[in-house]
Amino acid sequence: MAILIIAEHDNRTLKTATRNAVTAATQMGDELHLLVAGSNCKAVAVAASEIAGINRVLLSDDLAYEHQLAENMGKLVAEIGKDYSHIVVPATTSGKNFLPRVAALLDVAQISDITAVESENTFQRPIYAGNAIATVESLDAIKVISVRSTAFEPAGNGPSSEISELNISCDCKLSAFVEEVVAESDRPELTSAEIIISGGRGMGNGENFTLLEQVADKLGAAVGASRAAVDAGFVPNDMQVGQTGKIVAPELYIAVGISGAIQHLAGMKDSKVIVAINKDEEAPIFSVADYGLVADLFDVMPELQKQL
Amino acid sequence: MKILVSVKRVIDYNVKVRVKSDNTDVDLANVKMALNPFCEIAVEEAVRLKEAGTASEVVVVSIGPKPCQEQIRTALALGADRGIQVETEEMPESLNVAKLLAKVIEEEQPGLVIMGKQAIDSDNNQTGQMLAALTDMPQGTFASEVKIDGDKVNVTREVDGGLQTVELNMPAIVTTDLRLNEPRYASLPNIMKAKRKPLDVKTPAELGVELKAHTKLLKVTPPAERQAGIKVASVDELVEKLKNEAKVL
Repeated sequence: MAILIIAEHDNRTLKTATRNAVTAATQMGDELHLLVAGSNCKAVAVAASEIAGINRVLLSDDLAYEHQLAENMGKLVAEIGKDYSHIVVPATTSGKNFLPRVAALLDVAQISDITAVESENTFQRPIYAGNAIATVESLDAIKVISVRSTAFEPAGNGPSSEISELNISCDCKLSAFVEEVVAESDRPELTSAEIIISGGRGMGNGENFTLLEQVADKLGAAVGASRAAVDAGFVPNDMQVGQTGKIVAPELYIAVGISGAIQHLAGMKDSKVIVAINKDEEAPIFSVADYGLVADLFDVMPELQKQL
Repeated sequence: MKILVSVKRVIDYNVKVRVKSDNTDVDLANVKMALNPFCEIAVEEAVRLKEAGTASEVVVVSIGPKPCQEQIRTALALGADRGIQVETEEMPESLNVAKLLAKVIEEEQPGLVIMGKQAIDSDNNQTGQMLAALTDMPQGTFASEVKIDGDKVNVTREVDGGLQTVELNMPAIVTTDLRLNEPRYASLPNIMKAKRKPLDVKTPAELGVELKAHTKLLKVTPPAERQAGIKVASVDELVEKLKNEAKVL
């Protein structure tokens, strides 16, 4: 039986997280189908059909899926997915929102946030905020799985596959989209950035984040924050890196004025190179950093900006 | 309107978790247990809706072995009115929990169900959504704001790109994110009062739910440790290392 992957997109562009999920799916089986559900999203289906390893793209273009409302998506995916061996979704806020509905409708478990595929029915996933790794075997006929993007490389492009249009409208009329307030920024998104520079409580206030932004702009980096900085009201929650925020794994992660609470480390410790800048040499962040600089960030940041 | 809140007993979030030496699970012997932080936020939201006059009763339910009654009492001390424990030998899987909660909903007929977005032990983030599907209710997950307006509830959700607001027909299910509210501390008089509030105990058999295993936990291991690197003395040295040694600039 084939594997069904659900694309993450905004009706215009295909999100990279989809490609990470495809890589995970290739380790579970050979026949891969990718569902694009949205409204006026043909361009996404075309982009999806070029991903290497995909045998077929299913396009469900209907107003009911415009905002990926969980009630409608859950019903659609459960309806299509009942004939597959695996249903695979990137563990983004959208995937996390509708996928458990699919599992419940199919009367099977969901295995969340997998970080490794051991076999077609056995997976690894972090528990207790990443302080332990569970190896879990699925006993169900259909495996419903969300994939932690940072644990798998994104799949590249290959020969184009065929796009089949489906005509299934699931409009439950239980919920309605009201609005979306998207944080506007010229910088890259946290979850796809190659370099991230994050600030913690040591930043002192929200204005001081401009010190990070200036460095970020020189490096083409995204700006993140620890939960302590978010809770203190310095910056909005969508900048939060950590177990309860975004899980990231860039090439370079620069932690500035961040002590390194377990919950923050859980969100960034898979980064390739970690730099910690903190004036407290006892800060736990130094125990995971490749390069540590014990110094006052207010001296370091202007200097760093000058040198880049 | 009645509000149902489900809560889970988990390891206290300040405790450092250790994996058992035989790799069968994490070691929970003699470890401090507490109310899951996201569930605490759910209780607080329900109590605030009652204090505002929007809700008339707050019922709190927990599923698990007997000690979870402690967490029900905690929720009662925070202002919930009565408790229900569904007693099981072990902590059931999410889908079984959702099935048990669906039966409790059938009996209690709440106008709104509020629960945490995930438990900090299993980190699944799925029970609320599963429950919503089983009861055919709409859901507002990862909520940072909940506004009730007649027979609809507007939920502002924390999504990857920012904030999304959805309008749900009630009855509905809301799962809480961190910034929905800041839970209060229970006062001593309220802790005493909570001991006298009603707490019913039910079994899965009474609710007509058969618990079925859908997954098998094969092993639990500690995560790969990351080695600490070196300390650099200056910004010059840092930039030099990042360029020439790590080659990331």
